[in-house]
Amino acid sequence: MPSIELKNICQYICRDVNLKIRDRELLVLLGPNGAGKTTIANIIAGLTDYEGSVLFNGAPVDKLPAHKREVGYLFQDLVLFPHLDVAANIAYGLRAKKQPPDQTEAKIKKLLQMMKIEHLSSRYPKHLSGGEKQRVALARALAPSPRVLLLDEPLSSLDVPTTKYLRTELRQLQQRLGITTIYVTHDLQEAEEMADRIAVLQDGQLEQVGKPEEVFFYPQNERVSDFIGAPNILDCDYCRSLGRGVMEVGCGGLTIIVPHIGNLAKRIAIFPHDIHISETKPVGPAVNRFKGTITSVSPTQEAVRIGLKAGTKELTARIPHHTFEDMNLVAGKKVFVILKLRRIRVYEDKERRP
Amino acid sequence: MLKKLRPGWGLLPVAVFLALWELVARFNLVPGELSFPPFSVVVIEFYHLAANGVLGDNFLASLTRVLIGFVTGSLAGIAVGIAMGWRENFNKALHPIISLFYPIPALGWLPLLMLWIGINELLPIAIIFICSFFPVLYNTVTGIRNVDKDYIRVARTLGASDFKILTTVAIPLALPNIFTGLRLEAGMAWRVIIAAEMVAIPTGIGALMMRAESLIRIDIIIVCLIVLAVMCLAFERFFQYMEARVTTRWR
Repeated sequence: MPSIELKNICQYICRDVNLKIRDRELLVLLGPNGAGKTTIANIIAGLTDYEGSVLFNGAPVDKLPAHKREVGYLFQDLVLFPHLDVAANIAYGLRAKKQPPDQTEAKIKKLLQMMKIEHLSSRYPKHLSGGEKQRVALARALAPSPRVLLLDEPLSSLDVPTTKYLRTELRQLQQRLGITTIYVTHDLQEAEEMADRIAVLQDGQLEQVGKPEEVFFYPQNERVSDFIGAPNILDCDYCRSLGRGVMEVGCGGLTIIVPHIGNLAKRIAIFPHDIHISETKPVGPAVNRFKGTITSVSPTQEAVRIGLKAGTKELTARIPHHTFEDMNLVAGKKVFVILKLRRIRVYEDKERRP
Repeated sequence: MLKKLRPGWGLLPVAVFLALWELVARFNLVPGELSFPPFSVVVIEFYHLAANGVLGDNFLASLTRVLIGFVTGSLAGIAVGIAMGWRENFNKALHPIISLFYPIPALGWLPLLMLWIGINELLPIAIIFICSFFPVLYNTVTGIRNVDKDYIRVARTLGASDFKILTTVAIPLALPNIFTGLRLEAGMAWRVIIAAEMVAIPTGIGALMMRAESLIRIDIIIVCLIVLAVMCLAFERFFQYMEARVTTRWR
């Protein structure tokens, strides 16, 4: 399996994208809608014109048309051929390349087994469920033994339980096959679970490339952190060093201890899931602990978002459903708010704030 | 509700209609001096015409013209339509011309073709060719161009060449549209051939009708109209059936 390299890729939306994807790696291309994620996948597949160079294993493939690049591409809408049954869909790439019929048959059988869809082989796509279609589309993409696999939001059309299940399966399959994969998504949780590395793309520009924990906990700039968790961003009124790797900043009446990064902290960021809420006064030192009032409670699919007012600042916290159920949190209630010191990010400049 | 009835029940309205027809004609309930033969007389005349070969000869003449004109016209329409639908250059070059010719009714060509071709067997075939060519072409172009581009892109990433994509993806997915064109024109070909034969050709069902008119044989005219109606219906139904056979599995 080759490594992939994008060199100075420019297109209508993409601005000078440089990216290396290692052999056998699963790289998640993460970004909001319209960031250019699909465009990059299309560029690698050769489905769109571009400037710059795409290299597979160091060799440029820019001159190769899409049908010679040997890229397996799973489209967002899966795009199964409606006029072909499951087996013929999977066989499409093999027949297009004129593989001998007996080899084709054997390969189809193997893929049907691998994706656990043997019972579907003579069905037409209109009779398949979303999850089944997904498996068929993946089998079809894998059939011609592509050098690279591109997955464009492959789970976005499925319900949550199916998504979770298929995500794990997809990851295992990718590791087993050792196929270099680019996985496009706007879903943070999906990115975190799937990725070897994450590349954050915004407005056609790569903002940060790194391991999931790097990107999630140490976003390189505010554009990344804005997207990653819509973190609470607080402007600092003052800051002073306390020594021993920490400093104190004042934000709207709150005195917050943060990691020391220099003496010019302009604002700090903290993710909603790094804010703790307690009904009773917690034991231990009162570092980064404030009295606050709940202003709103809004359950989402994954967690409960709690709006808080502490000092003059509005904060958003995110707590898991099970924690929420153990507490009695309603709007207007007074609680203790704890900010996790090591999860607070400090920014010195504001120039890249959108 | 209707679907629960047994198939034979669908013929009930037809039977009622024929009975009414028979009664109205027998009891002379038609106003004025109109000559109106009862259904039974028409049936007997049909038998006479069939027995002495007049109906068969004229029917065969019309059928042959329709088949030759329709098959060649449709094939040409499909071929040009595929080229136009698949290749933007062809479409750009031919679309303006086709758009100008398409609205001309097939019979509008008759005077011109009578002068160019003369009154011979080629004339009705040419008319039917034109009558089939443009609509089938139009539906084919639409069908091919409407194929979702993602199907083409996915086929490309799977390693299929342009020609392969055309034959294995674009044409099969355009089939429903192509069949719609064929079905509509199969009936239309019969309507046009009758009209052409009435005006310009001395043989065929249309010509038989004109001769019957000059002899004031209303029963023969009605026989011809029934043959026409049955043939239009049969041709359309044939293509409906074919379309269903080809596409119901996946549509």
